[in-house]
Amino acid sequence: MKPFSGTSLTDHALTTGEVLLTYWKVKAEYQWDAGLAMSTYLNGLKQGKLLGIHCPQCRRTLIPPRVFCELCFRPLDQWVELANIGKINTYSVSYVNWDATRRQTPEVPAVIEIDGASPGMGILHLMGEVGDTLEAITRRLKVGTPVQAVWKPDSEREGAITDIRYFRPIG
Amino acid sequence: MLGERVAIVGAGYTPLRPISPEVSFREMIFEAAVKAYADAGIRPHDVSTFVSVAEDYNDGTAITDEYVPDQLGAVLKPVQTVSGDGITGLASLVMQLETGQLDLAVIEGHSKASNVVRPAHIQAFALDPIYARPLAFHPNYVAGLEMRAFLAATGNTEAQAALVAALNRASALRNPLAAYPARMTADDVLTSRPEAEPLKRGDIAATADGAIVLVLARESQLARYKLNGRPVFINGIGWGQHTPNIEERDLHRAIYAEQSGRMAYKMAGITNPASQIDFAEVDDTFSYKQLQHLEALGLAETGQAGRLLEQGVFSPGGALPVNVSGGHLGCGYTHEMAGLRSVLEVVLQLRGTAGERQLPGVRVGLAQSWRGIPTTSGAVAVLGRE
Ligand SMILES: [Zn+2]
Repeated sequence: MKPFSGTSLTDHALTTGEVLLTYWKVKAEYQWDAGLAMSTYLNGLKQGKLLGIHCPQCRRTLIPPRVFCELCFRPLDQWVELANIGKINTYSVSYVNWDATRRQTPEVPAVIEIDGASPGMGILHLMGEVGDTLEAITRRLKVGTPVQAVWKPDSEREGAITDIRYFRPIG
Repeated sequence: MLGERVAIVGAGYTPLRPISPEVSFREMIFEAAVKAYADAGIRPHDVSTFVSVAEDYNDGTAITDEYVPDQLGAVLKPVQTVSGDGITGLASLVMQLETGQLDLAVIEGHSKASNVVRPAHIQAFALDPIYARPLAFHPNYVAGLEMRAFLAATGNTEAQAALVAALNRASALRNPLAAYPARMTADDVLTSRPEAEPLKRGDIAATADGAIVLVLARESQLARYKLNGRPVFINGIGWGQHTPNIEERDLHRAIYAEQSGRMAYKMAGITNPASQIDFAEVDDTFSYKQLQHLEALGLAETGQAGRLLEQGVFSPGGALPVNVSGGHLGCGYTHEMAGLRSVLEVVLQLRGTAGERQLPGVRVGLAQSWRGIPTTSGAVAVLGRE
């Protein structure tokens, strides 16, 4: 390949300070108010329950819940407890960490449609008990595979989405 | 000149409060939106376009506009975020309506300032990373620099700035929306804790949480949608900014306010603002800012704002009432929403629905915003009953 004309930037130029860089780490910290819908949902998780909410107008049951229907634009207050089982809508097999390093064993994020909620309503979580290799995972999990929540023990639950340890395939 | 006039035909809002732990920002916006649509007499389905004014670093979520449509009734509709103050967002929405292609439009502003754990770090993140940030002063120093330069150049005094804070906090006692009403004197402000001298604690507006939604329509569409209530017209709107480099600024001047005022006045046909504007809501995030902005907008001669304030000219019963709402000092500073809060007060006054603090017979009002430290950007809207 023909070299480009001009002077190329070298690693040496950066490490010796011939070309300067500036560094700043922002201290951005937040403490978000969960509000009515999310607080009720998170409290449900703490008790080992999946809570949804029903819209009497479009007759959808929504999870995660919200206190208004975004389609009917009306307030909602009909809370319903849903089963902690559902079906795989889709999943991926992730081999990369946040810092772009490779994982030895992959993680499996999945969208799970919860039984009793309206079609397309589900929660994002991770799969467990599905094997450590791509072959094993894709053999075990299909779109539509039934799954169940595996909860942390009572004493460890704190009202967070991670109160569910993972979902596992059933049946 | 505007092609077709645009009117504000609906307003919904939540009260402003120092904290709001029982509602999420979405639930707060939903409340304001429901009230705005009921006020206008429309359904959100009738709205063609939405603007959200928000800054990701204040919200704590990147691309925060993705989280806005549901609670506005804007599912599958165009929603655009203007990462600027509320009046700049309003200008952008007016321009969308000026295309003549859209009938009804909505602007949303919200503040969950209480959820930002280290606000000074977020402010500092807006400073120049090489020349300003490494010095690591609390960012309020920018206001301290400006205040000293402004007082020295114009002859206004620290005591007059302190009086701004005392009067605005007192005006807020008549505003049920306000988060920080108080009976206090200029002396209380002058003897409050020094922050970035000459700036004291009492000169600084504290932040508040809240949400505001406004509904806009083109004048030709008012009859078609059988809109409720009295429309308030946006007769002029303007915006401007100066240099980002602190050391290159005319620190005594609010050049952005001079520019945006000129632009809005030209559009509204205003040649003598002090006599043609009946009342104003101007940015008072820091007490001296109110005086500086009044002079920049031609509502007071240079060096006269403090004296006119002492004479009561800007009081509710004066010739040119300013910040009858309590301003940001009395209501609370709400980041990007702040400009919309000023517009809201002008709308309520022009409709004659401002309750206990209603100004009699007002026809033309001005709302002015500044984007806060360390910016030199801001905007102005001139609103009228006709
Ligand atoms: Zn519905």
